[in-house]
Amino acid sequence: MTQTASTTGQAQALNEVALAGQERREQWTLLGLSTPAILVIAIVVLVPVGWLFYLSFVGSDGEFSLEHYKKMIEYKSYARVFMTTFQVSLLTTLICILLGYPLAYFLAHLPGRWTGLFMLAVLLPFWTSLLVRTYAWLVLLQRKGLLNDLAMQIGLWDSPIKLVHNMTGTLIGMAHIMLPFLVLPLYGAMKKIEPDMMHAASNLGASPIRSFWNVYFPLSVSGLVAGALIVFVLCLGFYVTPAVLGGGRVVMVATQITAILEYRFDWGAASALGVVLLIATIGVLYLAGRFFKFDSALFGKG
Amino acid sequence: MSWWTQPATQTQITHGDRFWLYVTAAIIMLLLVIPTFIVVPMSFSDSQYLAFPPETWSVRWYEEYFGSRKWMRATVTSVKIGTLTTLVATPLGTMAAYALFVSGHRAARAIFMLLITPMIVPVILIAIGAFYAFGRMGLNNSITGLVLAHTAMATPLVMILITAALRSYDLNQERVARSLGASRVKAFFMVTLPQIKFSVVTAALLSFLTSFDEVIISIFISGGSNATLTKHMFAALRDFIDPTIAAISTIMVAVSTVLLLTTQFIGSKKS
Amino acid sequence: MDNTTALPISIRSLTKKYGDLFALKAVDLEIRSGEFLTLLGPSGSGKTTLLMAIAGFNHPDSGSIRFGDAEMVLTPPHKRDVGMVFQSYALFPHMSVAENVGFPLKLRGMAVTERKARVEEALDTVQLSGLGKRGIDQLSGGQRQRVALARAFVFRPRILLMDEPLSALDKKLREQMQIELKHIHRQLGVTTVYVTHDQREALTMSDRIAVINHGELAQVDTPEAIYNKPANEFVADFIGESTMLQLTQDSAGRLTFGDSVVASEAPDPSHKDWSLVIRPERLRVLAKDASAGDRHVIFSGTVTDAVFQGETAFALVKLTGGSTLVVRFGTGAVSEGSRLEAGQSVSVGLIRDDLILIPSDSAQ
Repeated sequence: MTQTASTTGQAQALNEVALAGQERREQWTLLGLSTPAILVIAIVVLVPVGWLFYLSFVGSDGEFSLEHYKKMIEYKSYARVFMTTFQVSLLTTLICILLGYPLAYFLAHLPGRWTGLFMLAVLLPFWTSLLVRTYAWLVLLQRKGLLNDLAMQIGLWDSPIKLVHNMTGTLIGMAHIMLPFLVLPLYGAMKKIEPDMMHAASNLGASPIRSFWNVYFPLSVSGLVAGALIVFVLCLGFYVTPAVLGGGRVVMVATQITAILEYRFDWGAASALGVVLLIATIGVLYLAGRFFKFDSALFGKG
Repeated sequence: MSWWTQPATQTQITHGDRFWLYVTAAIIMLLLVIPTFIVVPMSFSDSQYLAFPPETWSVRWYEEYFGSRKWMRATVTSVKIGTLTTLVATPLGTMAAYALFVSGHRAARAIFMLLITPMIVPVILIAIGAFYAFGRMGLNNSITGLVLAHTAMATPLVMILITAALRSYDLNQERVARSLGASRVKAFFMVTLPQIKFSVVTAALLSFLTSFDEVIISIFISGGSNATLTKHMFAALRDFIDPTIAAISTIMVAVSTVLLLTTQFIGSKKS
Repeated sequence: MDNTTALPISIRSLTKKYGDLFALKAVDLEIRSGEFLTLLGPSGSGKTTLLMAIAGFNHPDSGSIRFGDAEMVLTPPHKRDVGMVFQSYALFPHMSVAENVGFPLKLRGMAVTERKARVEEALDTVQLSGLGKRGIDQLSGGQRQRVALARAFVFRPRILLMDEPLSALDKKLREQMQIELKHIHRQLGVTTVYVTHDQREALTMSDRIAVINHGELAQVDTPEAIYNKPANEFVADFIGESTMLQLTQDSAGRLTFGDSVVASEAPDPSHKDWSLVIRPERLRVLAKDASAGDRHVIFSGTVTDAVFQGETAFALVKLTGGSTLVVRFGTGAVSEGSRLEAGQSVSVGLIRDDLILIPSDSAQ
């Protein structure tokens, strides 16, 4: 009060109250437009996940307890699930980097009129149901599948190899599903690199290989990390592909959660596992966010 | 000078130097595309077993699919839910994206982050959370519950697409329209919307696909007469391999391809 | 067109803060009915904020904006009846030229035939007759500018606002449009507020200029007065070329610079420190033996650089005290100045009647 009086010399500046009120009303009207979306996401995601968080701290006796979290540390089976999840996620990410980098590089250096056509090779799988693609791999990789047939015909191996219902199948399927998530942000980052940069490097006498490693690669790293991160984080919580192609032998966190609910109906244990998964996801994103700046938005499904 | 020795870039690299890059890229692209389309020839096989290439051709799996009450009902459910999700998520996401983009409010960024949480939270967690919460609200196995859940999944996608469209749009156009006598609502519908409509259509198509292809949440919260196509497919995949799946998959691939090509066509027409 | 549609704008103690920074600090400004007033200032000075507040696009924290007698500060933009031209033109790409220009008329529910006539009339005014069916992407930059202008006045607003409308055009077209805009303004007679950071543009076009800096009005006056009688160091420095010399007041109350007595007394005895503003084109190179008498204040020094620039040339003269003066002279007639060479000693004079004395302000 006294401050207003001393700065303006009168009790209230001209139209101050009315203007402030109008500003507030406009802001609230605008923000109000986002309320329906907030409500839906609150009902489907925020409240239920909060509820699970609460459940994870309720013991079998209905009291507050850390038993579900303690079990995760004590039981070897949990450790194995976490190890598998980490292993599958890391390997899938590595495979995606190895395959995705050359592909993105190829796409980023196509003449404009070809880009649309070849981009379809990445976009089409991206838009196709992952269930369908998982199914296709199941067929391709089975004992009498196309891949075994082909390999035996050209003499790579003599008798059918078990390619599915194990880690191999899971990794192949996961990599196929995740590859577009890595290629798209990486392609975006590569497109932003000015060709002038490479000209400058070669003008300054760098060999193509040197200018690639010293100039191009560092500039594309932000896109690569963004893509790898999306892949890794999506892998952590992946369910469908390991469940189908792993054939029960590749038990990841998501698979374990469903199993707990299916066989034991133990909400506390399932919730606790879910909470750990969520914290791991946020942790990875947070750590990466501290080291890299991302401009691309995260795309996710699965 | 042949194509081979022509420079591929304005530096000294020729197409010949890039040979291995082209080969690698071609193989990877084939690996990406083949598994997507392999289901097509398989679906026309006569055999119980999934041999490739099929020894005899037939449409028996399509007959099986179209003749099955279970599959038909699930398909209708999925289409219904996909359509409803599109109709809800597109306006909801567009409204929220527009509001948060235009408002310079401090809270806008926080709300945006809040609204894209469905992309960050692992889907399995959303699935069991919704299963638990919907159970208490009586929404499990209901169309409402599925549409609600799929809307939550599709809204962030819509928001990201619309926000990107608004970024490349000159908001002064809306200001001009308002100074010329249009209210905010009129300015949006007469000036802004016509210019972001391609993104809105793309967002709508993607919303449909997000719902239509969604597996995990559907496994948990759909059931009975409202079970989705993906729920039945997943069950069929896990338990035994029914070649009918190949026929359904072919149809799903066709739907995706048509929707994707539509967006590509729209995109090329825009530029 | 007659002037009855024009309205005066009265702005009183308009204040807008962004955080702790004042974008507008209790601005008072009376804009006369039908005049062309330019808001001139460096970027971030608050000129655009003020324009947007008049248009209704940003809410000031406090203050009043009246159009005639009507308080407008709380009125939403679409009810202010103000024509506006943006820097980016903001033409609607999904509409033809005629649809763009007809947009405000359509919103006002005007019948189609009348609308057509009005659109054609407006396009005629901006010399785009017959281009109504064109798409926006088929227009050149200058044509777009004209469409944006036609759209802003076609509904006969009482006030026209323009935010750096010419800055996207190249120099030649810009100068041509300045004259044309001025012409159209005279034809329409509408009160016009124009924002620019280009002082030459402001001097060319305006009836009056409001120089704005740090959210405050530094001076509001005619172009001549702003140039010839700057009110403070900021205006003197921002408008035109100038050299500023810090004067000292001797015991007799005279204002001196080095050995030269600039003025026998300060214009305002209450202020102690004064600066002399020297416009380069006002300096005369004096013949060596010339007795300047009382007509000139004389400075002596050495030419350090002489630069030929076509229609004018300038020389840098380093004074004995260390300051450097810029002397500009025409090259039309071979004058005494064009013979200047680096290293030469020279005396330059400033006619006493033309002296610009302003109170020094160390805060600026």
